[in-house]
Formats: sequence, structure tokens, C-alpha cells
Amino acid sequence: MTVIQADKLTKRFGKFTAVDHISFEVKKGEIFGFLGANGAGKTTAMRMLCGLSKASSGLGRVAGFDIQKESEKIKKVIGYMSQKFSLYEDLTVRENIRLYAGIYGIPEKEISPKTDLLLENLGFSSEKNTLVKALPLGWKQKLSFSVAIFHDPVIVFLDEPTGGVDPSTRRQFWELIYDASQRGITVFVTTHYMDEAEYCDRVSIMVDGRIDAMDSPTNLKKQFQSPSMDGVFQQLARKAKRQAD
Amino acid sequence: MLKYLIEKEFRQLLRNPFLPRLILMFPLMVLLFLPLAANFEVKNINMTLVDNDHSSYSRQLRQKILSSGYFRLTEISSNYSQALKTIESDKADLILEIPPGFEEDLIREQTAQLMISVNAVNGTKGAFGSSYLSRIINDFNMSIITELALIKDIRMVPSFQIISQYRFNPYLRYPVFMVPALMVMLLTMICGFLPALNIVGEKEKGTMEQMNVTPVKKPTLILSKLIPYWIIGFIVLTLSFGISRIFYDLKPAGNIFTIYLFAFIFILAISGFGLVISNYANTLQQAMFMMFFFVITFIFMSGLYTPVRSMPEWAQILSIFVPLKYMIEVLRMVYLKGSGFADLMVELFFLVGFAVFFNLWAVVSYKKVN
Repeated sequence: MTVIQADKLTKRFGKFTAVDHISFEVKKGEIFGFLGANGAGKTTAMRMLCGLSKASSGLGRVAGFDIQKESEKIKKVIGYMSQKFSLYEDLTVRENIRLYAGIYGIPEKEISPKTDLLLENLGFSSEKNTLVKALPLGWKQKLSFSVAIFHDPVIVFLDEPTGGVDPSTRRQFWELIYDASQRGITVFVTTHYMDEAEYCDRVSIMVDGRIDAMDSPTNLKKQFQSPSMDGVFQQLARKAKRQAD
Repeated sequence: MLKYLIEKEFRQLLRNPFLPRLILMFPLMVLLFLPLAANFEVKNINMTLVDNDHSSYSRQLRQKILSSGYFRLTEISSNYSQALKTIESDKADLILEIPPGFEEDLIREQTAQLMISVNAVNGTKGAFGSSYLSRIINDFNMSIITELALIKDIRMVPSFQIISQYRFNPYLRYPVFMVPALMVMLLTMICGFLPALNIVGEKEKGTMEQMNVTPVKKPTLILSKLIPYWIIGFIVLTLSFGISRIFYDLKPAGNIFTIYLFAFIFILAISGFGLVISNYANTLQQAMFMMFFFVITFIFMSGLYTPVRSMPEWAQILSIFVPLKYMIEVLRMVYLKGSGFADLMVELFFLVGFAVFFNLWAVVSYKKVN
């Protein structure tokens, strides 16, 4: 079953075309890696799919809803974790979870037990009443992700979720992603780390607003005759004309 | 959904180390100090005296002026040109010159010429000073004439005396006039600025974008920002009532619930205005600057300090669009005159209009998508 569908999706800012006619499909339960250099248009593409940005042209469907006309319906069934850490720093771990759970309409009675379960699984139980600003970055990111999938969305969009996080926390983070995927949540993730690209079921590589390659990591390595995803990425990124920002 | 959002706003507000204290201290400071400091009564007017007569009348006059309490004698000069130097060096605000033969003229003709020269650099002080001085001199003149009439047989010039009675504020106490209006200023500052800065702060932090990918509807989000400040506005207002009661012995002549009802609408209007600003500002700096620009304009155009009716016509027309004007009128009328609901229909109409207009604008201009 296809949960994300993009057909010639385009975003222009004045004369600048940030996303240039991209087309792709993502299946349910897939971990889809969205790769590209800085300024290649990854975040813009993702923002259009989430309903944060209006597409200039092209079609897109997320969870069966049209991104142009039904963005409010989409918002109910997706989770989103932005590049910038965006939980409320002056609320505690518990209060943040409670807020988002309430917003997504989880019944009051279920929030508390579900929160306890989550914090236990994360090993956060001792920190449940800590203000979020006091948490280390790795913990914050894990918490953000957990909040983004707390309402069991169909798809979760992750925008560079592991930026600035140490390697061992990154590993743990990917374990959380695998868990979510196992629960049937489709994961749409952008990243800079090529080792993370290897963890994805399928990846697409964006260069200058276009998708230049899209396949499973194994097939891409074969196609570009490179031992690692890093090699594949370097070959494609070299063609880029756009200056990274 | 709204319940969780409001709960969050209050948690954040109460956890803020600064805001709750500000909300309590601000009314206290504004209501206790502003009416005393920003007072139009002019005192300590510095006067230079040139007495060319050295008579008993000129001494009496001097005594009378100084005992009024408004004037301070800076210098006694022997001639006018020397006296002028005290004005040039900004030591004196005005010069009173008593001509030679002042006493003689008074006795013979019941009138005499005096000269007042005013330093108009500080126009208000100068104007008030010369009018106080003229009044004292007139008074002095009258008492001399009556005194002379007893001794000599002279025709009494029939004269009037005007006795003014001031309704609603019999002693023309400045705080009575200012305190109700300052309450409106307080509500504007607190309920206009805070929600606006709150939203722009969330924009800067990125938490607003996170909200925008959730199913929270625009009106719900806006309400979640309005309701806490509504409650805060009522707390501030109640606190202000208490302060003016205790410190100025001022209680509304009319019904206090009329004020609450109007405050309810006014806070909605002014918060809505703040929200509109927050939708156009991307940084706190921009939001602050825009708010200051409008709030200062509003305050000066509202009749808080200077009556709207004495503004030039274009300014009077502009002041129609100043929500503060109507609320200040309401508070002064209820506090001083005891006006009831029926007397305030025009104000009600305008305030409801502003509330609807700004909040609709806020909802429409709030962009979840760009």
C-alpha cells in the first residue's frame, strides 16, 4: 500500500526553484531515506508533504489525502520532528507528552499509563519531571521522536533527527526508528550521515532540487559501483551546481 | 484540545521567573507613582523680582506671591537688564518688575502697571506661572481697593467675582482624573504586549512550527493565547481597583460590573491587536518595535493626557480608530460620573467592533502554511 505519493512536486520561491518536479512513492512500513547536500531541497520537499508549505505545482498524496486540499486531515495522521528541537523547554518531559497527546485527541485516561510505559521503555522514568531544557541533546532527540509517534501516526517525518548527536546515541535512535517501523509506522527521514542511509529500506538522493537516484542502498551501490553509500553520494553530489547554504 | 493548550500556557507562565512578578508589580508602580510624578500642577516657579518702588505695598505684594507656595524667589535685581540675565542663564522662569511710583499710582488711581516677563523655553511652566501670578496680583489689587474704599471716600467700581464649582471632581484632584485612565494603559500594556510576544517567541524557538503540523485549528490556537491574558487582565484590573481604593480613596461612582464587562471586551480587542502584530512579525525585535509604535501612538491619541477635543481636527478623526480612547472614556465616566450601561452605548459599539475586527484579522492572517 502506498502512503506517500509525489507527482512532479515543485516549489518555487520567486525565480528560485527549490524543489524541481520530484516524483516518488513510499510504501507502508518502509523506512525511506531522503538524502541530499545542504540546500538540495530536502526540507522544503518534506514541508510540502506535511502541509507546512504550499506546493507551487504538482500533486502529492499523504496517507490517501491530497496535500493541497486536505492538509488538515493529513496533520491528524502524521508525526513530524523538525531540524530544530521543538518541544517546550520550560515544560517537563511528562507535561510535553501530555500536551501533544491531548492535541492529538488521545483520551485523558489513556495518556498517563501510556506515558509511563513510554518513559520506561526509553529508560527515562527517573527524568519524567525534569524540565526538558535540562536534558542532554541525545535524550532530547529521543524524546522528540517518541512524542512525534506517541499518537501512532501512519507516517512520521524526521528532518535530520540525529544532527549533532554522538554515535552511540545515534545507534539507539535508529533502534527506536526500527521499532516504530515494526509497529507499521512509515518513516520518512532526511539525513547527512551515509552510514544511516545504509539502515534505510530505500533511499532517494536529491541534487539541486531533483531526485537523481532512488533505490535500495544495495542496488544503488551496485549501480554506482561503490562499496559504500558514501561513494554513491559523492558521485552524485559532485554534479551539484547550487551552492550549499 | 483547547484545555491542554491553556494548561500549557499557564504552566509556562507560572514557571517563568519574571512574568508573574511583573504582572503584580506593574500595576502597583504605574498607579502609585505615575499620578504623582506626571502631574500637570506646576510648582517651584523661579521668580526674579525687580522692585523699583521699595514701598510697603510692593513689599506686601511680594509677600503675597511668595506665600502662595507656587513661587520661589531666586533673586532680587536692581534693574531689568540685570534681571534678564537670570532668565538667559535659565535660573529664573519669570521676572516681575514693579515700577517706581507703584504705591502712589495705586492710591491715587487704584491701578498700577506691573510687568511680567516669562521664560518660554518651558512653555507650560511659563504659561502656568504667568497665569498664577496674574491671578495673585488681581487678588492683591482687589484687596487694596477694598481697603482704600474704607479710608477714603472713593467710588467703588462694581466688580464681579466668578465662583467655579467643579462637578464630579470638586477639588480637581489630579489622581481622580488619571487613575482610571492609567488602568486602561495597564491593560493595554499587559494584554496587548504579552500575547503578541508570546507567539513571536514561539515562532523564534520553532515550537510554533511544531504546532502547525498538528491538527490544532487556527481559532483554537488563538483562543489558547487569548484566554490566559483575559484572566490576567481581570486580575490586574481587580488589583488596580484595590490600589485606587486604598491609596487614593477612589471608588467608582457607578457599577463596578459595568467596568468588568467593558474590560472583557476591551481586553479581547487589544489582545487581538497584539495577535495581528505577532502574525506579521518574525522576530521579537520586530514585534516589540511595532507594538511600541502603535501603543505609544494609541496612548497619546487616546485622551489619556490631553483631551481629544482640543486636538486638531485631523487628530480627532484619527483618534476614532484608537480603541483606548473609548475604554478611557468608559472608565472615567463610570468612576467619576457614575454612568451606567445605557450612557455608554457608543463606546460599547466601538469596542465590540474593534474586538471583532482585530480577532478576525488575527485568525485570517495567522498562517499555518507558507
